[in-house]
Amino acid sequence: MDFKNANELLTLCKEQNISISEVMRNREIITGECPAKEADQKMARVLEIMKEAARSPIEKPIRSMGGLIGGEAQKLAQHSASGQGLCGELLEKAITYAMATLETNASMGLIVASPTAGSAGIVPGLLLAFQEVYHFSDKEIQQVLFNAGAVGYLAMRNATVAGAVGGCQAEVGVASAMAASAAVELMGGTPKQCLDAASTVLMNMLGLVCDPVGGLVEYPCQNRNAAGVANALIAAEMSLAGISQLIPFDEMLEAMYKVGKRLPVELRETALSGCATTPSACEACHIHA
Amino acid sequence: MSFISVFDVMGPNMIGPSSSHTAGAARIAYLAQKMINGPLAKVEFILYGSFARTYHGHGTDRALLGGIMGFSTDDMRIRNSFEIATENGLKYSFTPNEEETDIHPNTVDIIMTNTADQEMTIRGESLGGGKVHITQINHVEVDFTGEYSAIIVVQKDVPGVVAWITSCLSDRRVNIAFMRLFRESKGHTAYTIVESDGKLPEEIADTIRQNEHVLDVMVVQM
Repeated sequence: MDFKNANELLTLCKEQNISISEVMRNREIITGECPAKEADQKMARVLEIMKEAARSPIEKPIRSMGGLIGGEAQKLAQHSASGQGLCGELLEKAITYAMATLETNASMGLIVASPTAGSAGIVPGLLLAFQEVYHFSDKEIQQVLFNAGAVGYLAMRNATVAGAVGGCQAEVGVASAMAASAAVELMGGTPKQCLDAASTVLMNMLGLVCDPVGGLVEYPCQNRNAAGVANALIAAEMSLAGISQLIPFDEMLEAMYKVGKRLPVELRETALSGCATTPSACEACHIHA
Repeated sequence: MSFISVFDVMGPNMIGPSSSHTAGAARIAYLAQKMINGPLAKVEFILYGSFARTYHGHGTDRALLGGIMGFSTDDMRIRNSFEIATENGLKYSFTPNEEETDIHPNTVDIIMTNTADQEMTIRGESLGGGKVHITQINHVEVDFTGEYSAIIVVQKDVPGVVAWITSCLSDRRVNIAFMRLFRESKGHTAYTIVESDGKLPEEIADTIRQNEHVLDVMVVQM
């Protein structure tokens, strides 16, 4: 019970007439030799941590270790609550939770790397917003976290999720692809629609560089988690509307990996170019270092 | 290719901000303290590469100190590890070393001294995603990950010791996943590292220690 690529994953879904999340859960139980109860308990713990990390900074903003971020989630929540929001309830909640999670992360709070710490806001951001707006149960959210896990697994296996290897497109890009796929399953889409949405995200975030100010997981990482959530939502909407993609997920993943490896080293988590070396960033680091 | 679990993707559960600089650092120190007996009196951390440059903003220092006190990567006490160490009377220091460049970018040397005044030095590398390698024990090159339960035997490099170790293990029905021998030089101190899938029997260290050429045995349970 295993699959090496998205094509094999789709075949398994078709043959057994089950969802991506079910294939991934079965894989964990059978190939991973993890009892079903234990797998479900672990995923319940993942969701529990995600909720706390996404909500705590809204009530209690906290300054990051490097001093570059803190308080953004509360501002977004207040703006949304005032009725002045531009994005609509779902996306407003999603970007608030995504930025809150990065705030928790940057202040040494407890998070789930999903797939990485720097991209940890996107999957919970989008799925917790869906849960609130559409009243999904915890069980339903836990189930589609296996779907997100399937997409992330393919990226880890066949490409990379490390910013140092593939840039931000490999971290925030992959996290957004995971979120998009999980959202499509949650809203009743087919396995093919899930992976089309994931493919769309990788396409739309292709080439995104990793250029953290001061080398820290703070800025622009937090902003990009909000952008990633929006990208995921757009892709899910397109897919559910019936727009299929010319380029399947496996090919898009390979393209992302190739682009990542061709990025100059200065733009792969070394803080030697991009946002990191702008005059304002250098000045901020000098102050906060 | 080793199995990638869904919880390798949706995980690790960790104190932020960085899987390599925070979670990995805590993990290396956690493994290090498992290898020395009794409570620690003093610990010194030498930081290399990216660890040396960015340790403060990534909380690498708090994570290392938390790990050395036995905190796992998702333990909220990591945040307050300076205060907790001080309360416990554990002396600590951090020394960035930016001169040494021919080294994995996220490397730390941990020099531990226990209350019985025994000293031990561990070198670890953080590979990303919370994965780590222990690469030196007391300056002898070794290699293990801590993903399996491990027995580390310090022995004289003489014939028969490895056979003794394997017979002890087979008597206790321990299934060996990986086993490797490392040595300083011929006839001197050697290290045997045995990794096993399951939990190791409690008495295994005492049993192996009964051989006259075995100097010490450490058990790192997962």
